Amino acid sequence: MTAMTRLAQWVAMAAALIAAPASADFSLLNMTQGVTESSRDIYGLHMTIFTITVVIGVGVFGAMFYSIFRHRKSRGVEPSKFHHSTTMEIVWTVIPLVILVAMAVPATQVLIDLDDTTNSEMTVEVTGYQWFWGYKYKGEDVQFLSRLDTDSDRARRLDSGIQPASVDNYLQNVDQRLVLPVDTRVRFQITGADVIHSWWMPDLGWKKDAIPGYVNEMWTEIEEPGVYRGRCAELCGRDHGFMPVVVEALPKAEFDEWLANRQAGGTGMTADSDETPETDGELAAR
Amino acid sequence: MTATTYDHAAHEGEPTGFKRWLVTTNHKDIGSMYLLFSLAMFLLGGAMALVIRAELFQPGLQIVDPYFFNQMTTMHALVMIFGAVMPAFTGLANWMIPLMVGAPDMALPRMNNWSFWLLPFGFAVLLSTLFMPGGGPAGGWTMYPPLMLQTGTAFPFVIFAIHVLGISSIMGSINVIATILNMRAPGMSLMKMPLFVWTWLITAYLMIAVMPVLAGAVTMLLTDQYFGTTFFSAAGGGDPVLYQHIFWFFGHPEVYILILPAFGIISTIIPTFARKPLFGYSSMVYATASIAFLSFIVWAHHMFTVGMPLAGELFFMYSTMLIAVPTGVKVFNWVSTMWRGAMTFEAPMLFALAFVFLFTIGGFSGLMLAIAPADFQYHDTYFVVAHFHYVLVTGAVFAILAAAYYWMPKWTGHMYSERLAQWHFWMSVIFVNVLFFPQHFLGLAGMPRRIPDYSVQFADWNMVSSIGGFGFGFAQLIFVWLLIKCIRGGQQAEAKAWEGASGLEWDVPSPAPHHTFDTPPVVR
Ligand code: HEM
Ligand SMILES: [Cu+2]
Ligand SMILES: [Cu+2]
Repeated sequence: MTAMTRLAQWVAMAAALIAAPASADFSLLNMTQGVTESSRDIYGLHMTIFTITVVIGVGVFGAMFYSIFRHRKSRGVEPSKFHHSTTMEIVWTVIPLVILVAMAVPATQVLIDLDDTTNSEMTVEVTGYQWFWGYKYKGEDVQFLSRLDTDSDRARRLDSGIQPASVDNYLQNVDQRLVLPVDTRVRFQITGADVIHSWWMPDLGWKKDAIPGYVNEMWTEIEEPGVYRGRCAELCGRDHGFMPVVVEALPKAEFDEWLANRQAGGTGMTADSDETPETDGELAAR
Repeated sequence: MTATTYDHAAHEGEPTGFKRWLVTTNHKDIGSMYLLFSLAMFLLGGAMALVIRAELFQPGLQIVDPYFFNQMTTMHALVMIFGAVMPAFTGLANWMIPLMVGAPDMALPRMNNWSFWLLPFGFAVLLSTLFMPGGGPAGGWTMYPPLMLQTGTAFPFVIFAIHVLGISSIMGSINVIATILNMRAPGMSLMKMPLFVWTWLITAYLMIAVMPVLAGAVTMLLTDQYFGTTFFSAAGGGDPVLYQHIFWFFGHPEVYILILPAFGIISTIIPTFARKPLFGYSSMVYATASIAFLSFIVWAHHMFTVGMPLAGELFFMYSTMLIAVPTGVKVFNWVSTMWRGAMTFEAPMLFALAFVFLFTIGGFSGLMLAIAPADFQYHDTYFVVAHFHYVLVTGAVFAILAAAYYWMPKWTGHMYSERLAQWHFWMSVIFVNVLFFPQHFLGLAGMPRRIPDYSVQFADWNMVSSIGGFGFGFAQLIFVWLLIKCIRGGQQAEAKAWEGASGLEWDVPSPAPHHTFDTPPVVR
C-alpha cells in the first residue's frame, strides 16, 4: 500500500466521522417531551438539571482552562504557595447544597404526582413474558398478547440478508397494539410471568419493572391520538432486544368502538394497524 | 528525612525463574504481578467490548447470536471491574503504600502472595464458563434473579469464581489496613499521610464491609438454585427485589471502591505538576470519608423503577443528590491546586487533567440520574451506559494510566518515551469521547442498554460510537508498546523523577531496590 492510498483512507475515515453526526437526525439528541402532562414535567426536570450542570460546568471548566493557559511553567510564572482557605471551602459546600435543595423541590412534586394512581377511569394489566407482552383490559373481557411483528422478526435473524432499513419500523412494531383512549386516566398494573422485564413508553414518561410475584402500578393520561413506540428496558434473556411496546391512542368514541368490536371477537386491528393479520381466517373475521 | 536502602537482589537461596514469582512475598514483585495481570485483563475485557461494538456497528445481527452477545456484556463488566480496575488499584497499593509510608513491606507478606494468586485462579474458572455447555453467564454483571437462575452449567462456577475474587479482595484490604495502621515510619501521623494512602485506607474498609454482602447475595442464588430455598422466588414466599437491594448494598459502595483510590492518585499528581501543594488536604480527607459513608445509604437509586414506596424513592433521591457535595469539594480543590501554580503537561498530568474534566461530566450525568422522576426515563438506557463509562473509563482507568506514567520511572528505573505517551494520551482522549459521548444521545432518544440490535433511528450514533471504540482499543496498544520499551531500557530515571514530586517514594533510588526502608525513615 502506498502512502498516498493510506492517506486517502484516513481522509475518508475522518470524513465519515464528521459526516455521520451531520447526517444524523438532531431531534434524536434529546429526551422526548412526550404526550402526557407527566412526561412534560419529567422533560422539564431533565432540562432544568441539565442547564444547572452546564452552568456549573462552564464555571469550573472555565477556571480550569484559564489556569491551564495562564499558569503554566512555560510562561515563566512562579508557583504560589497557598493551600488552604476555610472561607472558600465553606462557600463551595454551601452553594451546591442550596442548588440541590432548589432542585429537590420540583423533583419531589413530580414524584408525588406520579405516585398517585387513584381516580383512574380504566385499568390495563400488563404482563411481561420471555419475550412478548400480554395486555388485559380489566373488567372488559378483552386480552391479548403482543409480539414483535413478523417482518422485523424475519429481518433480525443472524445473517437474514434483509436490510433493517427496508423494514417498516424495524424492531419497534408489534402484531397487536395496545389501544388506549385519549383524555382518560388509565391505570396500569404491571407484572412479570417468568423473569423481570420493564415496560417502557418514553412518550408517556414511564418505565416500570414487570416483576414476577409483584404488581406495580402506574398511570397515564394521553393527550394526543397517535401511535407511540417503546420497548422492554430490563435485560430479560436472549430476545430482550426484541419485545417492543406499541401504544395506539384513539379518540374516545373510536376507542369504544374498537373495544366493542374486540369484545365481539374482532381482530383488534385498528384503521392504521401496521400489519395485516397473519392468517386468512383472521382476515375473514375482520 | 533519612532513607536507608540497600539492595538484596542477590539474596542467597532465593528461588529464581518462575518459582521466584510463585512464592514471592516481596511487595514490589507482587505489585508488578497485580499490575501486569490487570493489564492483561484490561485487554481481554476490551476485546469483549469490541465484540459488542462490532455487533452494534450497524442495525441487524451480523456477527453474534443474541445469547452470546449477552455473555459478552456480562463478562466484559465482570472482567473490567474485578479483573482490570480493582487489581490495578491493589497493584498500585502494593507497590506504593509501603514506599509512601516508609515501611519495608506489606504487613502480611505471605497473605499478600496468596491474595494475588487467587486472582488468576478465579479468572481461569470464570472465563472457562464461556466454553461450558449452555455458555457463560448472560444475565448481566448484576446477576438479577430469576434471569440468572436460567444460566446453564456455568452457574455454580460463576458463583464460585466470585467467591474466590471476593476473598482475594478482602485479603488485599486487610493487608492494606494492617500496613497503614501499623507500619508507618516514625513521625508520619495519619494527617501527614499522602492522599493516595488515605483514600486506599477508606477503600479497604469499604471492601471489607461489602464484599461479604456480595458473597451472601450470590450464595443465596446458589441455594435457591440447588437447595430448595426461595429467597428470591415469589412463588415460594421470597422476593426477587430483595436480591436487588442486597446486590446494590454491595454495588454502590463498589463503585466508590472503583473511584476513591483514583481520587488519591489525582490528588498526588496534580500538585506535582502544578508545583504547588494540594489545596485543602484535610477537606479532601473528610470529603473522601463522607463519600464512603454516603455510599452506604444510596443503593436503591439503581432501583427507582422497581416500584418502591414514595418515601423510599424520596429518601434515595435526596441521599444520592447529597453525594454531589463532597464530590464537588474534591473537584473544586483540584482546580484550586492548579490555580496560580506553574504547570507542565507530561503524560501523568495530561491524564489527570482529562480525569478532572471527564470524570466531572460523569458526575453531572450522575446528578441527573439521581432525580428519580427523570431516572424513570434514563434508567437502563445508553444514558446510564454513558454515565458509568465516563466515571469508570475516563475516571478510574485514566487515573490508573496517570499513575502508571507517574511511577513507571520508579518501577523500571527508566523514563518512558514521552512522545509515545503523548500519542497514547491524545488518541485515548479523543476516541474515548467519540465512543461514549454519543451514547448520551442514544439513551435520551430511547435506546435501551444490553441489546444486540436496535431500530434504525439509532444507527448513526452507534456507528460513530463503534468507530470510537475501535480507535480507543487501538490506542491502548501504544501503551503496551511503550511499557515494553520502558521496561527494557530508556533514559535512566533519577531518584526524584519529577521536578515537583514530593513524598518518601522519591527518596529511594530508581528503580526502587528490592528491599527498601529496612531502617525506617524519620518523617518530620
Ligand atoms: C456524583 C456522583 C454520582 C452520582 C450522583 C451517581 C448516580 C448514579 C445513579 C442514580 C445511577 C443509576 C442509574 C440507573 O440505572 O438508572 C448510577 C449508575 C451507575 N453508576 Fe453512578 N453516580 C455517581 C458517581 C459514580 C461513580 C464515581 C461511579 C464509579 C466509578 C459510578 C458508577 C456507576 C455504575 C457502574 C452505574 C451502573 C450500574 C449498572 O446498572 O450496571 N457512578 N449512578
Ligand atoms: Cu427485556
Ligand atoms: Cu450507585
